[in-house]
Amino acid sequence: MERANPVLEVRRGTKRFPGVLALDDVSFGLMPGEVHALVGENGAGKSTLIKVLTGVYQPDEGEVLFQNEEVSFSSPKESQAAGISTIYQEVNLIPLLSVAQNIFLGREPRNRLGLIDVPRMNREAREVLERYSIEADPKAPLTSLSLGLPQMVAITRAVSIDARAVIMDEPTSSLEAREVETLFGVIRQLKEAGIGVIYVSHRMGELYEICDSVTVLRDGKLVHSGPLSELSKLELVSLMLGRELDEVQKKGATSFGEEERASGGEPILEARDLTELPLLRGVSLDVRPGEILGLAGLLGAGRTETAKAIFGAGQLDAGSVKVGGREIRTGSPAAAIKAGIAFLPEDRKSEGIIPDLSVRENIVAAALPRLSRAGLVSEKAQDEVVERFMQSLGIKASGPDQPVRELSGGNQQKVMLARWLCMDPKVLILDEPTRGIDVGAKAEIQKLVDDLARDGLGVVFISSELEEVVEGSDRAIALREGAVVGVLSGDEVSERNLMGMLAEGGAEGGATDGKPENGKPENGKQENGGTP
Amino acid sequence: MSGGTAAGGRSLGRAGVAPWLRDRGVYVAFVLLLVFNLIVTENFASIGTLTNLLVQVSPVLLVSLGLALVIGTEGIDLSVGAIMALASAALPLYLGYGWPVAIGLSLFVGIAAGLVNGSLVAFAGVQPIVATLALLVAGRGLAQIFTNGQLLIVTDPVVLALGQARPFGIPAPVIVATVAVAVVAFLIRRTTFGRYVVAIGGNRSASFLSGHPVRRTLLAVYAISGLLAAVAGIVATARLGASDPSNVGVLIELSAITAVVVGGTPLTGGRIRLAGTVMGALLMQLISTTFISNNLPFTWAQVLTAGIILIAVYVQKGRGAA
Repeated sequence: MERANPVLEVRRGTKRFPGVLALDDVSFGLMPGEVHALVGENGAGKSTLIKVLTGVYQPDEGEVLFQNEEVSFSSPKESQAAGISTIYQEVNLIPLLSVAQNIFLGREPRNRLGLIDVPRMNREAREVLERYSIEADPKAPLTSLSLGLPQMVAITRAVSIDARAVIMDEPTSSLEAREVETLFGVIRQLKEAGIGVIYVSHRMGELYEICDSVTVLRDGKLVHSGPLSELSKLELVSLMLGRELDEVQKKGATSFGEEERASGGEPILEARDLTELPLLRGVSLDVRPGEILGLAGLLGAGRTETAKAIFGAGQLDAGSVKVGGREIRTGSPAAAIKAGIAFLPEDRKSEGIIPDLSVRENIVAAALPRLSRAGLVSEKAQDEVVERFMQSLGIKASGPDQPVRELSGGNQQKVMLARWLCMDPKVLILDEPTRGIDVGAKAEIQKLVDDLARDGLGVVFISSELEEVVEGSDRAIALREGAVVGVLSGDEVSERNLMGMLAEGGAEGGATDGKPENGKPENGKQENGGTP
Repeated sequence: MSGGTAAGGRSLGRAGVAPWLRDRGVYVAFVLLLVFNLIVTENFASIGTLTNLLVQVSPVLLVSLGLALVIGTEGIDLSVGAIMALASAALPLYLGYGWPVAIGLSLFVGIAAGLVNGSLVAFAGVQPIVATLALLVAGRGLAQIFTNGQLLIVTDPVVLALGQARPFGIPAPVIVATVAVAVVAFLIRRTTFGRYVVAIGGNRSASFLSGHPVRRTLLAVYAISGLLAAVAGIVATARLGASDPSNVGVLIELSAITAVVVGGTPLTGGRIRLAGTVMGALLMQLISTTFISNNLPFTWAQVLTAGIILIAVYVQKGRGAA
């Protein structure tokens, strides 16, 4: 390992935030001419590590070394001047300036009078663009470029700085396949020039195509570091999710019931070909009354987008949704709610609770139309509903008048559940319902979901914890890069099978573009999945 | 002493002062200034002075009510003064067909202007400050075109009564404003519309995902603001006995926004303090009255107002950090 010296290194780096250990004693080294994958799920510490490397944060403990010298960058500007170039996920360019101006922003070539030498800047920009085979006019304003090209310009900007290390944070998330190829061409050139590249992505195929080594973070800790070729996709996914390969125990730590629920009959929810490019590419799914359908996928696989598409909160390019056999208007949450769909969003704080309003007002938010007559809210009906659900869900608050922002995460989540359960929904879509709440509340919510399905609700259950998906679901769908890559049912629903599908996808084709078929999925077992 | 403990057992000590000041400060300031006037200002403690205060505050109050709704959705309406001018200019145009037509047209102009604002905000996605700025700039000019830049005398007795009559000794503008306060209070407290307004201001995504008609509500809010501005314009015209679009409602948007904010409604929306808004409008009027009746330079009244705005905004900011 220690043959050559890393160009950029963190030794035993630790970074704390109030209440969180974001980076816990992590060592990381980037070799010259190496493409190093940095992977991990939400909250794993990837961003924190990058920010420590680039001087956005200073580590509380440990040291950062750049070209064998200990450094302490106090800002990203300093690290950039030293030769560490970063491409962020959100493109940070100036839309109204030209391509060349963006590439040379802040380091424009000057003429003798100290003014910007525009012809030279355009010429040099053209050279850089040509060197990396990027087709863009240096003089064109950035806004005139098609989606994806600005990202390429950002990359050009980054590599045209005399960098020794380049950090790419999900560079392909807005790129088309062809552009990804161009990017990989750029990366290979960087490699040949002896520049180290840190590559953050969740797309397994890309990682294995371009990366030499990999570092896996989880909950702020280093869980693995080594050559990527020594690791199968399945092993990598299991490292990211923190699930042992042979850990296929059923009844585990979650509070889902064990015995089968009686689910059957006609599907209560049928979604077909939900398409919202580039996030969703024709997702179809069915849910029967009394059934919990698990939705698994790595970050960015399209779980939340699928949920939102069904609920009408996304802008669909194509697709249809039927509830109880009746097609509903897409693109309107109000229509979805009316048809009996309820949706608990993943981001409780920004999309769920209305923080300054009371528990009461939050609970009845969705039910207002049915609690009103001629536009007047019936206080009596409202208080009845609020009391009933505060009691049945055990919402701990000083009273219905308490602002919901003062409640604990678990109780806020119960308020959200109450908002939807008081609507008597037919279909309940839960996006990460147990994230960010304490263990007790988590168990309560899991049990509640189980009970609801028993009462005949169709439930779509999204979780990034595979254990939860496996124990909760009657059937499970694996999503990868916006498409269904496999459907599992009954005993096939296991962590091993799911991980296999998340890692490899349904290479055999069957489930990738087909409708989910009850009972016998074509591509149930991960062993079938080959490398594309 | 710590008034914070009185505000609620949950927040004690320093953290409690800001919310207390936010919720009650405007009342305290009003009472203090009232007492000051009772002691210092000559002839202040008379019915005449007090009714005069109420009459003068009526247009600002009417406009503030609409703004309270708009600000509740995390919006702003800068065009209220211009809408007053438009409504005022429209009033005498068809007065020949009788007062119902004239007033109806005037109100219609206000609603239409509000709908333009609302459409820009709700459907075109224009930022409220920009959307309403357009009308702020264009509205008064348009009003002057209506009237050829002249002052038009209004002689219709019914219209004049709206500004000058005193049934049971209560000036008509005060009655109009009181009715408007009651209607808006009802809207906010009892209707689903009122709930939508604060939900949109409190968390627009959550409101949308709860199935609320976000766009329709925004449209309605700006239309109501336009309507109330038109009412204010009619009242102001009636008091004056003439339509004077170049002077009616000039800079009233600033007084109204101040009244709303000082009254405890945060500019970030999600909550509407209607009683506070009423009190805020009264406070602003009392400040002017105090300076005028004591022959103090009016510029100092503006400095004092600015100070009060700063305190109000600071106090609300304190809440955000907590």
